[in-house]
Amino acid sequence: MQFALLIYESPEAFATRKNDKIDSYTGAWRAYYKALVEAGIFVGGDPLEVPETGTTVRLTEGRRRVQDGPYADTKEQLGGFTILELPSLDAALDWAARCPAASYGAVEVRPLTPELRRRITE
Amino acid sequence: MSGTGQDDTHRRIERVARESYGRLVAYLSAHTRDVASAEDAFSDALVKALTAWPRDGLPQNPEAWLLTTARHAIIDHVRHQQVVLASEPTLMLLREGQEEMALSVEFPDERLKLLFVCAHPAIDPAMHTPLMLQTVLGLDAARIAGAFLVSPKTMGQRLVRAKTKIRDGGIQFEVPPESELPQRLDAVLEAIYAAFGIGWDDMVGADQRGRDLTEEAIWLARVLLQLMPREAEVRGLLALMLHCEARRTARRGQDGRYVPLSEQDPKLWSLPLIEEAEGHLAEAFKNGRFGRFQLEAAIQSVHAERARSGRIEWEAIVRFYEQLIRISPTLGTQAGYAAAVAEAKGPEAGLAVLDGIDLKAVSGYQPYWAVRGHLLQRLGRTPEAKDAYDRAIGLTEDPAVKEFLLQRRG
Repeated sequence: MQFALLIYESPEAFATRKNDKIDSYTGAWRAYYKALVEAGIFVGGDPLEVPETGTTVRLTEGRRRVQDGPYADTKEQLGGFTILELPSLDAALDWAARCPAASYGAVEVRPLTPELRRRITE
Repeated sequence: MSGTGQDDTHRRIERVARESYGRLVAYLSAHTRDVASAEDAFSDALVKALTAWPRDGLPQNPEAWLLTTARHAIIDHVRHQQVVLASEPTLMLLREGQEEMALSVEFPDERLKLLFVCAHPAIDPAMHTPLMLQTVLGLDAARIAGAFLVSPKTMGQRLVRAKTKIRDGGIQFEVPPESELPQRLDAVLEAIYAAFGIGWDDMVGADQRGRDLTEEAIWLARVLLQLMPREAEVRGLLALMLHCEARRTARRGQDGRYVPLSEQDPKLWSLPLIEEAEGHLAEAFKNGRFGRFQLEAAIQSVHAERARSGRIEWEAIVRFYEQLIRISPTLGTQAGYAAAVAEAKGPEAGLAVLDGIDLKAVSGYQPYWAVRGHLLQRLGRTPEAKDAYDRAIGLTEDPAVKEFLLQRRG
């Protein structure tokens, strides 16, 4: 089954992305990515641009509401996602614990819902 | 009663609870086979103690008081359920001898039986350790779940399922007969060791599972040793864990960075723990029944020798590993052997050992890649070394170890 690892990062973590040189942030992520690919479980995923670049849209009483930035005003923001093919939640939690963001931010593990996808895409 | 007096009483209750938990749950469930209801009854008794003891003062024998009260709770519970005939003997047993039990200090210690039940072959091996931690030490599901990286709800459900299996599956509360003992004891030792969680710390490999539970694992091993003082492997396991525990503070630098074993300052090792470990190991060797845990402890003992001699006898370590591989050829043993061979005979010899391991088996095994990176780097095969280090880093959970490997990788 497939799981999404949702990566939550603090403003400080987002700030360290700007360093061009091979630092421990990119080093750890590159190593993690390599381990996922070698294990044959990587399905997809990408980092997201910093939260300030986001724009949130919703319709309220039929009118467009547009807001700068992400909706939730919490300290840690969604910074990327990875989708993995794994046999169980236990395996997914193992990989989440190894994820670099597990030590400097948070990683939420969520199963994908193929049943709903089928209803939408068929 | 003054506030301090009440605090004292509460602390006493806590201590009695911790010390009595396993003994009482084991004793009660050995009769009923129902671990869950024994635990519930013990909790009931504790709640009653929290009201009664501060009010009436501590009973003369708090443990007997808890036992009697818990026994009443079980009897009430059984009555409520309108038990079937099959449970009548249980009821009788619980009623009989109730009076004298309340007065006597001694009641049979059934924890050994409980340990064997927890590690019974009919129980999912992944649940052996969690069951022991809960039923013998009284750890709650949330704490156990954290150490084993599953959600508290899931761990709770698995524990309930395992206890139902114990109750309904016909698993006997008994110490296995001599013919089955070695195998059954292995499962108990494995489960305790899994709680300890540091599988191998020669270099930078560490099994992450259960690593918050080292003290609990040592406690369990001490309980087991008290119950089986003649079993050499029990002493071997305790010696192994004490050696690792002795290095706890040396394993991290002042800035929190990871320090591998060969670079640790022996002055930071705990001498009393090392001495205790050495004592158990010597006692185990006298027994003559050699085993995996004694060998692993012997390897750690050679490392500990560095505190006195200033050097590591890698040849001795290689010899112990050769014996260990014969009886327990796990991935951890093979990776450790490769690292030791590299120190004794050079990185190429170590690499040859690594090349002999099935590549499919190690794709998710961090210590293999850490050792491989280290040996390739020593041979000057930099691009391959970086590759292997990347694999190791990607498989590492501990941020300090991750940082250490990133720096070695360069």
